[in-house]
Amino acid sequence: MSGSQNHSGEHGAERGEHGASHATLRGYLTGFVLAAILTAIPFWLVMADVLGNATTTAIVIMAFAAVQIVVHMVYFLHMDSRSEGGWTMMALIFTIVIVVIALSGSLWVMYHLNVNMMPMAPGDHPM
Amino acid sequence: MNSYPDWWKLVFGRFTLEAIPYHEPILVATFAGVVIGGLAVIALITRLKAWGYLWNEWFTSVDHKKIGIMYMVLGVVMLLRGFADALMMRGQQAIAFGANEGYLPPHHYDQIFTAHGVIMIFFVAMPLVTGLMNYVVPLQIGARDVAFPFLNNFSFWMTVGGVVLVMASLFVGEFAKVGWLAYPPLSGAAYSPGVGMDYYLWALQIAGVGTTLSGINLIATIVKMRAPGMDMMKMPVFTWTALCTNVLIVASFPILAGTLALLTLDRYVGTNFFTNDLGGNPMMYVNLIWIWGHPEVYILILPCFGIYSEIASTFAGKKLFGYTSMVYATVVITILSYLVWLHHFFTMGSGASVNSFFGITTMIISIPTGAKIFNWLFTMYRGRIRFELPMMWLIAFMLTFVIGGMTGVMLAVPPADFILHNSLFLIAHFHNVIIGGVVFGAFAGITYWFPKAFGFKLDEFWGKLSFWFWVIGFYVAFMPLYVLGLMGVTRRLNHFEDPSLQIWFMIAAFGAVLIAFGILCFLIQIAVSILHRDRLRDLTGDPWDGRTLEWSTSSPPPAYNFAFTPVVHDHDAWADMKKRGYRRPLGGFRPIHMPRNTGAGLIISALATICGFALVWYVWWLAALSFAAVIVTAIAHTFNYDRDFHIPAETVLREENARTEQLARA
Amino acid sequence: MTTATATAQQADTPVFHVTDDEHEHSGGSTMLGFWMYLMSDCLVFAVLFATYGVLGRSYAAGPSGADLFDLKLVAVNTAMLLFSSITYGFAMLAMEKGRQAAVQGWLIVTGLFGLAFIGIELYEFHHMILEGATPMRSAFLSSFFTLVGTHGLHVSFGLIWLTVLMVQVSQRGLIEANRRRLMCLSMFWHFLDVIWIGVFTFVYLMGVLK
Repeated sequence: MSGSQNHSGEHGAERGEHGASHATLRGYLTGFVLAAILTAIPFWLVMADVLGNATTTAIVIMAFAAVQIVVHMVYFLHMDSRSEGGWTMMALIFTIVIVVIALSGSLWVMYHLNVNMMPMAPGDHPM
Repeated sequence: MNSYPDWWKLVFGRFTLEAIPYHEPILVATFAGVVIGGLAVIALITRLKAWGYLWNEWFTSVDHKKIGIMYMVLGVVMLLRGFADALMMRGQQAIAFGANEGYLPPHHYDQIFTAHGVIMIFFVAMPLVTGLMNYVVPLQIGARDVAFPFLNNFSFWMTVGGVVLVMASLFVGEFAKVGWLAYPPLSGAAYSPGVGMDYYLWALQIAGVGTTLSGINLIATIVKMRAPGMDMMKMPVFTWTALCTNVLIVASFPILAGTLALLTLDRYVGTNFFTNDLGGNPMMYVNLIWIWGHPEVYILILPCFGIYSEIASTFAGKKLFGYTSMVYATVVITILSYLVWLHHFFTMGSGASVNSFFGITTMIISIPTGAKIFNWLFTMYRGRIRFELPMMWLIAFMLTFVIGGMTGVMLAVPPADFILHNSLFLIAHFHNVIIGGVVFGAFAGITYWFPKAFGFKLDEFWGKLSFWFWVIGFYVAFMPLYVLGLMGVTRRLNHFEDPSLQIWFMIAAFGAVLIAFGILCFLIQIAVSILHRDRLRDLTGDPWDGRTLEWSTSSPPPAYNFAFTPVVHDHDAWADMKKRGYRRPLGGFRPIHMPRNTGAGLIISALATICGFALVWYVWWLAALSFAAVIVTAIAHTFNYDRDFHIPAETVLREENARTEQLARA
Repeated sequence: MTTATATAQQADTPVFHVTDDEHEHSGGSTMLGFWMYLMSDCLVFAVLFATYGVLGRSYAAGPSGADLFDLKLVAVNTAMLLFSSITYGFAMLAMEKGRQAAVQGWLIVTGLFGLAFIGIELYEFHHMILEGATPMRSAFLSSFFTLVGTHGLHVSFGLIWLTVLMVQVSQRGLIEANRRRLMCLSMFWHFLDVIWIGVFTFVYLMGVLK
């Protein structure tokens, strides 16, 4: 019963070997080297204060983080659009959407709240 | 408290004998009732020598059908508890005017409205929809069980663990006095130092683990275990809504768990997430909890939409109108439900851009919901409608839910919300959609699938009586709250000064009594149906002339559900099979591979519940011990590799022959 | 493939059920189910990241990230986790080839890197707490300790799991069930790596920026 028959035509063959089927020594090593580079550069940027501007640095290191996450997903977690009939990719995309909504939404909402708060510093208390 | 020696604190934490509320007559009477009732049940089970049967056939069962039924029993039992709370509140508010203080002092009243909300959402509505999904989904997709049968059993017992903690709070200590979502700073250590909040936190945390895992389980089941031929757009609508619901569960319950964990840290460790000191921000809790909270309401309503869809097409005798649009509407609701959470706290004080964004998204989400209403109407249009009980619930739902939906759109307008926020108008609105949508849906689903689960229909007379009491009772109980809310009456008050309000509260209380009769009639309906089961017996397995696969097997289905896995050609698979002259196979059976029962789920959950209880009372040694025991038991369970067995072909043959005989008699 | 049964012998009658049901089904859904668990875990971290994002600058006149974080230590820690990832990858490659001893060896190495990571993190926490930067000191520190600590708890749990799996592999060898479990742990381990990228970027590196 079960998954074995379900879509048996399209991916019966790759059943039971997804994930590992794409794993090669070359893949792991490529991932490792890329990850090391993508980790080292942001650390260097911040520790040596290369760009001299906090905002620019923040944006650049976030970009590096995003790329590194993709590297890990591809080379270590072996994400691709075919495994499990595309369901893992679908779940991942859905999760990313929810994470982005929750993160950016919270930041936006709470930032707005703080801006609209009554002044709280002792000097400018309204009453 | 001071008179207790040091060793007492070491052994019993902050538990003292004063924590037992023997000075509260209401609680003592309840306790006596529970003890006597409990002893009677235990005595009966012992007398019938049913302990072994219950343990082997039910408690340790990994059969999705039995677990589904246990969820339903849990939901109905907790409905009684939650409704008792509701009656007490209505009674108090109907009499507590002016000099009359009523019979519930504030500290008791506050526990009651908190318990009512928590129980109704987490331990009534959730078990009822989870139970129905558990029972029906594998049957509808032609599977023999869920993807992770052991996990299913474990999830159920974790839900029970949450229930046990909430019920324990009634007799040992107290429950939270903070409202069902426990906003800080009120729920923080400074303002709620007692055990009530901790009961709340651990009960929800433990039950939440079960809910999340059962969500994962059902998604995997629907994705991986559909019968051959059933591609996504041939899935029954109930299965579709179940899929979306479980996606919402998996994507939102972790947020609840995380948020409650932060509040727990605030209370136990002294961190400053949601305090007013040292940079904490209570509104962050409100923000986070509603990111879970809004999807939660769709978690409850979506499966009910599925139930209504099945009923509409079955009892109109035709295909569901707009199957594709129904599916897309469900998916759109799933995603949009993450974009509206701020409408629960427009009054927090974000600026106009935030409020208008969330106001607009809230209005948008009503569009796919409205589309569904039209789909059901068009399904019924020119259909051969049979006005049986499930169909009646569907009609009542459509009328009631539309009203609830429209008041919801009113509340979605931020300026209007500023007036109506926290008022009884809001209370009326969400009871309007939850009772009109979820409770009616659960009853419709119970009536519809009961014959599948037990092999006989529910009694019509008592069912109709229950229906009318519920529907009329609902309107009598909640329409006055709309009026009161528009007059500005806020929620969660146990006493009023203005005598002109009293008449409305008395009408509402009368409505609650009508609903009580509705519940009573439902219980009588079940009892009467069991007594008259021979008269109500259904031998065909298909009493309603159903359209989906669950009706193709016997009632109740055999442990293996289907002797052969069905092949699907159409989204009303069983209707298609009947139309094209399907004949049941009578031979050629093979041994069937099934999961083995296990007690591990129950044991781990029991240990987790003990751990929660110990944490509530600061009994650190017991908490540490039971936590370690949870881990060790879980690890030990993974050493058991022998988890399945085969039902021999002869057994299958015997069961199928019995069914052949049954069909011949039908 | 599906085989027609007796009922479908006439050519025009469609097939309504399959007979070669006897197919091993246990475990067919495990990887997908575990992936969904990871996604749900991801949302727990989303809550913690959001909380850190909102409260991460609420120092309450206490120490800030720039005062507390030692980026060299964090860099070493990141390296530990990265090394443990590649060594786990080697364990998986050995598993593919069915070399049990190599699998166990690489698992031990992975475990040691994991232990080193936890050790360094505990050292860092200990150091901060000694300086008075406790989780109770400010909302920033509450959210810092909770986010980083939750990640650490996950790694610790992964270490327990790794130990259990090593015992099970030694008892039963690389049987199908154990291979599946090793793959799940692999996903878990690499997933924690991904979370750590977020932690070191969002918390540590951005925390010391002015």
